[in-house]
Amino acid sequence: MGGLCSHSLELTGLAGDPASPVHRLDPRAKILALIAVTLVAVSAPLTAWPVFAGCALVLAAVAVAARVSASDIWRRARFILPLVLLAAALLPFVRKGGQTYELGPLTVHEDGLSVFVAVAVKAGIGTVSAVLLGATTTFPSVLRGLEAMRVPRLLILIAAFMYRYLFVIVEETGRMRAALAARAYRPRTALHAGALGRMATAMFLRTYARGERVYHAMLARGYAGAMPQLSPLVLRRADVLFVALVLASLVALRTVAEVAA
Amino acid sequence: MSCAIHAVGLSYSYPNGHHALDGIDLHVNHGERVAVLGPNGAGKTTLMLHLNGLMTGSGMLEVAGIDVGPKTLPELRRRVGLVFQDPDDQLFMPTVEEDVAFGPLNMGLGREEAGRRVAEALGSVRMEYSADRAPYQLSMGERRRVAIATVLAMRPNLLVLDEPSANLDPRARRELLEVLARIERTMLVTTHDLPLAAELCERAVILARGRVVADGACREILGDSALLRANDLELPSGFDLDRVGLRPRPEAPDTPQLEAV
Repeated sequence: MGGLCSHSLELTGLAGDPASPVHRLDPRAKILALIAVTLVAVSAPLTAWPVFAGCALVLAAVAVAARVSASDIWRRARFILPLVLLAAALLPFVRKGGQTYELGPLTVHEDGLSVFVAVAVKAGIGTVSAVLLGATTTFPSVLRGLEAMRVPRLLILIAAFMYRYLFVIVEETGRMRAALAARAYRPRTALHAGALGRMATAMFLRTYARGERVYHAMLARGYAGAMPQLSPLVLRRADVLFVALVLASLVALRTVAEVAA
Repeated sequence: MSCAIHAVGLSYSYPNGHHALDGIDLHVNHGERVAVLGPNGAGKTTLMLHLNGLMTGSGMLEVAGIDVGPKTLPELRRRVGLVFQDPDDQLFMPTVEEDVAFGPLNMGLGREEAGRRVAEALGSVRMEYSADRAPYQLSMGERRRVAIATVLAMRPNLLVLDEPSANLDPRARRELLEVLARIERTMLVTTHDLPLAAELCERAVILARGRVVADGACREILGDSALLRANDLELPSGFDLDRVGLRPRPEAPDTPQLEAV
């Protein structure tokens, strides 16, 4: 596996201490608790700063217990955050109200800016939740958790195959890029992009053919529409306690914030 | 119970009109190890897919005591273990353990029994240490051996391998040979690797343009350089057939045979 692609794929693995209590939790407990944190943050009013602070505290506690370092979280979050923030990037310019600041040809409005900050904080909490789930739970375990939570099996299967063959496809793409580079392919203008288009077509055809071969291999071992599981998930007391603790602190937080407001 | 193959006049044409199999007559007896030799496009893989009911052509085909047809597929796939050429096609589950358990669980075995089969099958290919690994973390040789374990776990009567030594370095190839030589099963091995055939199989069949053009003792066929040349096959230069012995067969099955059904 070569180059940049493998680097970003490595970021999909576990981080922190794999033997930590958080890593050992049932994936369902972690999915539930971290979705709850995200939902509470997203559904809170834009000015509910105590709620945001509380959610951040809960996430920090989880990170500390899992021994996931801040730099690990940042290295992963920085891939997701720009995409999430892009949607809110225009807010300071188009949402009018309050003081205005001139920024060259653009005008920044105070109200818009505060909405942007609140949205950014919400996005940050959601992103860190997802990063923590990914850092403490292997992808196959997340899928098994989701399957046990009755997410449609077809979606799970698609995600599982995508995960399994991502690495194979990244390797193939790497080889094709090397083959292009070896023949002095250096795209300079958009007109040179044709080769990339043909490469994408070749990738598609190869992937399609592989899909067929994999399906044959599954049939050959008796596949009849259901993916069997070797060891079913079992909720233990620690899992229930973890979810209860997170949910209780979130509910308390929201209630206190509502009452105070 | 029969582990034999009886094919009479087996033919198959692809939708584009290419006759991949053109009246194959082949009889393999219980306990035999047969090498299927031939250049690319001779129909080796097509024949292999027929043995597991993944393709159905015209003519008579009886495998492991079963008439191949839609009704007999589940039982057929239990008795015939197919190892595909590219282990990345064969290993589609997130971890080695889940992959090896896939077949046994599809056969309706309980989780405990499936777990035992996984340990036994990984042991017989010397891959015990890899149960928790993901397929992409294994070397090509390791993937190939795990791919063999995935079908051994189903305790098939007949083992069919497609180009088992393709893309292996010399050491991985030797390890694979050692593993294969210890497996007590009726075996059909399609290969270009003539020295591998000489060490593993007592009988060889040459396939060309969808037909059986030679069938006999492996040493005699490999010793007939005119026959090999006529079919685009050749031994490595300097290879001395007399100095390579057939590997001895194991005395007792390393895994118990399936009970007669």
